Amino acid sequence: MGIVVVNPGALTLVEDLGRQGWASLGLSPSGALDRQSLRLANLLVGNPAGVAGLEILLGGLRLRFVTASTVAVAGAEGIVTLNGAEIPLNQAVRVAPGAVLDFGAPLFGLRYYLAVQGGVDAPKLLGSSSTDMLSGEGPAPLKSGEQLGTGRVSAGNGLVPGKGSVPGTDSVPGHGAGHGVGSGAGAGIGILNNAHVLPAIRRAPDPGRAITARVDRGPRADWFDEDSWRRLISQEWTLSPDSNRIGARLVGRPLTQTRLEELPSEGMVLGALQVPPSGLPTVFLADHPVTGGYPVIAVVRRTDLDLLGQARPGQRIRFLG
Amino acid sequence: MWRLNPSPEVRGSGGAGFPGAGGPAPRDAGIRILLPCGDSAFLVELPELTAVVAYYRGLIGAGASAGVSVPDGIIDVVPAARTVLVTFDPETISPSEVRHWLESAEPAFDVASSGREVIIEVSYGGPDLAETAQFLGMTETELVKLHTSSEWTAAFSGFAPGFVYLVTTHERLRVPRRNTPRTAVPAGSVGLAGEFSGVYPRSSPGGWQLIGTTTAALWDASKAEPALIRPGDLVRFVEA
Repeated sequence: MGIVVVNPGALTLVEDLGRQGWASLGLSPSGALDRQSLRLANLLVGNPAGVAGLEILLGGLRLRFVTASTVAVAGAEGIVTLNGAEIPLNQAVRVAPGAVLDFGAPLFGLRYYLAVQGGVDAPKLLGSSSTDMLSGEGPAPLKSGEQLGTGRVSAGNGLVPGKGSVPGTDSVPGHGAGHGVGSGAGAGIGILNNAHVLPAIRRAPDPGRAITARVDRGPRADWFDEDSWRRLISQEWTLSPDSNRIGARLVGRPLTQTRLEELPSEGMVLGALQVPPSGLPTVFLADHPVTGGYPVIAVVRRTDLDLLGQARPGQRIRFLG
Repeated sequence: MWRLNPSPEVRGSGGAGFPGAGGPAPRDAGIRILLPCGDSAFLVELPELTAVVAYYRGLIGAGASAGVSVPDGIIDVVPAARTVLVTFDPETISPSEVRHWLESAEPAFDVASSGREVIIEVSYGGPDLAETAQFLGMTETELVKLHTSSEWTAAFSGFAPGFVYLVTTHERLRVPRRNTPRTAVPAGSVGLAGEFSGVYPRSSPGGWQLIGTTTAALWDASKAEPALIRPGDLVRFVEA
């Protein structure tokens, strides 16, 4: 049953919307970098928005479906073929038993999201099947020959409230009761009606054009000279190739820290622009360390982090402050 | 680049140790500075670690503040060496409501009445036990006795899921880190470094002085509560 991984490509991971609310235990939120695309793909195949799908970096993935299914691909844009014939993106596609799905290199964006009807079946940690590349928690990256199970949601009823046919998905990304922390964001994800919440299709960013991300002031903005904020928002930064799910590293004219004392490690938020002594910021993405010891000058708006998850090495990035 | 500590180091963690239940607790933790942190978080800066632990306990309703509840929409409350980070969902709670909660929270200094106590059985006899005892000017037996008779408080997590920095009420176990960190410290190793004690939840590089081992699982991903020790908990070590 399920799906056979013929070739995992560059890096294919199981991701859902992550496990928010556990930073006090040292655990990153993890989850899809481009959350809106995973939601869209899931809703297109009738899944609750937050169930696990595949995050496919740079294509190269080849899957063989053992059983019939319905799939949808969102996020990056490139040639995706089913038995050699190109399929439309951002649409539900029926897949016959034995069919082979191939992901070409994306032309726009960096990460495809594949939703499979019923969701990808993987063990859960704190309500989430997401792979966290920093801690190594969650399922290992896909390997050749591996077989993936899928959940059992029959067509069209995945979003019926209270159905519970995909265990645990209605709790993503809230966290355990009795943990001392109140209910998290996203309550109700997975039990909404498809028709009301299908997000608009957002085109993957053009690698030849600059991405714009809004920023707010970070807790240590006053550790930098006055010109640094201006430099942060006036220049075009370039995404470094050593970026990953932990952080997007930026190259450009460095920022200048004026307070030079050591900063005791402190909690770090998703989207934090942490500035090491080099003056070149890193934007913390889903698998970021929960604490860090470099000052944070600014924080990227959460809704704009999806775009950063689709930025390609060399892509230009502007911050709007 | 980000500072991803290769071993559980806490920078700038010097200071006066942890005057907890036994010592005179400073009552000036009302001094707190709220720093902006994007549109859905505040970073609260406190004078020192004792104040952080008390404030954290006050926020989450542990110890003397039992019964205090965390408002809906609060996502994470993350204590660290001098700060508590609070993240929230702005669609559920407004920044001004969060600010009010953070400004009005009472610190809970009463360590003894804290709800959870975790007992950890340790086989003392780690590779650094003899050297550490010598550095502290005591016998190995005295070191073990001091480690087991001290009351430890889980101050904050970091470094790896399930790793918690433990502090106590005195400085008599304060030791420097090893000059050369080990490339692999086995899971369950119990160590000392600076003002802290801690247990390695998994095999990892590390520079702490290793005085013993435990078979307790500090992190078990298959459990609903994967972390054995959570910030705010009391921890006691006993000889296995």
